[in-house]
Amino acid sequence: MDIHTHPTAPGPDLAVSAHGLVKTFGDFRAVDGVDLEVRRGEVFGVLGPNGAGKTTMIRMLATLLPIDGGRAEIFGVDVATRAHEIRQLVGVTGQYASVDENLTARENLWLFGRLQGLSSKRAKATAAELLGSFGLEEAANRPISQFSGGMRRRLDLAASLISRPPLIFLDEPTTGLDPRTRGQMWDTIRTLVADGCTVLLTTQYLDEADQLADRIAVIDRGRTVAEGTPDELKSSVGTSTLQLRLADRERIADAADVVRRILGEEPVLTPESGGLNVALPDADRAADVLIALREARLSVASVSVAKPTLDEVFLALTGHGTDDSTSDSAEIKEAS
Amino acid sequence: MTTMLAPTVDHDRVAHPTRDLAPHVSLRDTLTQTFAMAWRATKKMRRNPEQFFDVTIQPLLFTAMFAYIFGGAISGDVASYLPIIIPGILAQTALTACMATGIQLREDMDKGVFDRFKSLPIARIAPLAGPMVADLLRYATAAVLTVATGIAMGFRPGGGVLGTLGGILLTIAAGWSLAWIFTWLGTVARTAQSVQGISMMIMFPLTFLSNAFVPSSTLPGWLAAFVKVNPVSHVVSAVRDLMNDGQVTAEVGFALLGCAIVVAVFAPLAVRSYSRKM
Repeated sequence: MDIHTHPTAPGPDLAVSAHGLVKTFGDFRAVDGVDLEVRRGEVFGVLGPNGAGKTTMIRMLATLLPIDGGRAEIFGVDVATRAHEIRQLVGVTGQYASVDENLTARENLWLFGRLQGLSSKRAKATAAELLGSFGLEEAANRPISQFSGGMRRRLDLAASLISRPPLIFLDEPTTGLDPRTRGQMWDTIRTLVADGCTVLLTTQYLDEADQLADRIAVIDRGRTVAEGTPDELKSSVGTSTLQLRLADRERIADAADVVRRILGEEPVLTPESGGLNVALPDADRAADVLIALREARLSVASVSVAKPTLDEVFLALTGHGTDDSTSDSAEIKEAS
Repeated sequence: MTTMLAPTVDHDRVAHPTRDLAPHVSLRDTLTQTFAMAWRATKKMRRNPEQFFDVTIQPLLFTAMFAYIFGGAISGDVASYLPIIIPGILAQTALTACMATGIQLREDMDKGVFDRFKSLPIARIAPLAGPMVADLLRYATAAVLTVATGIAMGFRPGGGVLGTLGGILLTIAAGWSLAWIFTWLGTVARTAQSVQGISMMIMFPLTFLSNAFVPSSTLPGWLAAFVKVNPVSHVVSAVRDLMNDGQVTAEVGFALLGCAIVVAVFAPLAVRSYSRKM
């Protein structure tokens, strides 16, 4: 896998081109020389744990923070010197929904429309359209304080789309959302890209980047530690893990024999709980193991296949784990 | 949730993203944006009516309190003190009202929505000037209530309707201008509490070390010297000239000039520190 980017001169095909971006807060280098190239029409994922510098990077590119070092261009427009033009090109949806708590959803969208040069009537129509497409019609006239987290995020994203920006920054769009709302957000993002928007997305979740991004940069402590497609990243980390628990923990050794025979891998046993973990080079092979266990009359209490977690990606790429243990468990419950 | 987003993407913009970009905000757009922000502020006021306490209860309370406490001591009786104290209270409530502008701005700036305002291609002054336009309502409320309380207590402005109106308008103008000081404070201070603390330290000397409550002739020389240069004194004198005599005197000119200087200095400072703030 290509670990480092080799930036070339910004061409017209690049939506974002940043070289050696630096942001310091006192002695702390929050962003420490990040290179970034986002092609037009792609979803580019920036993956990293809390405090890696993702949000700071987005805020610099969105003109919300001055750039301390390096250079950034958006569609060829310099970010540091032409902030007003950048703001016309980029829609930002932050980690925390940035809508006005004192206004209703409809009023929020009307206000942002007015601020961006729509006539009062157009702003009203646009607000109604967006409320409809984001499923917020029923809640349109309710105060935002009564909104759920998912509704706020949707309103926030809707607000970013009023001016129909060609580039959208999504800063951790699904952090803290329940799985169902998360899936809806993913659908929305996919629709945006299908329409030709470029999306720069930050996330703590490997599976989110996996689901959405065409290419991913992994950021740690203000630096890019890896870049590539999701598949390249995952194969650099290794394989999934098959996790089994036997109904009868006494027979764990028999089960280990079966697993060894089928997969040719040495399982890790936790006899006190009847547990068995083994590297799974190919998810299809899980079924072979289960069939063999049944033939050997070994009853299984639970089965899961764990994909590599962000923690493991980090461990593999940086030699240290994520600082907080927010690793996502992308477990697929297959049987019980 | 349906995800029909057809109207949200502009294919032309996607194909030619940098076409038709405006290099800066026009004056007309700045005004539209300021009024949109003013609209937001009035919505906020309507939903948080406690924001009107300082411009409704305080003028009533202070007018009655100061008139009855100081009236006899300073002017012999309450009725003859009213022409002195009413313009004084007007200036004081205007100052208190514009102090709240800075505190509320600071509170507002800590909210996520200010991030969005900053990320939008709008005039940097709009989020600051918008609430100040809406605050004209607050100054007007304060001024009208103070005068009405005075009239209820027996105040008969010698300047007639026009003079009284002129006094009220001057108070509103002064409140709006001085509010830029507090707006600037709101953009530089770290917390709303610190804005409040600093504002108090500015407001008390400015109102009490003026001719708002007592004639400056009763003060020791060094204090009288400060009182004479205090812009609040000029505003108070100008309002007295307008309300009590119906005359547009040099004091009115000085008051307006003082206000203009405050705006010319503090509005650019406020916009600059707002634009820099992360």
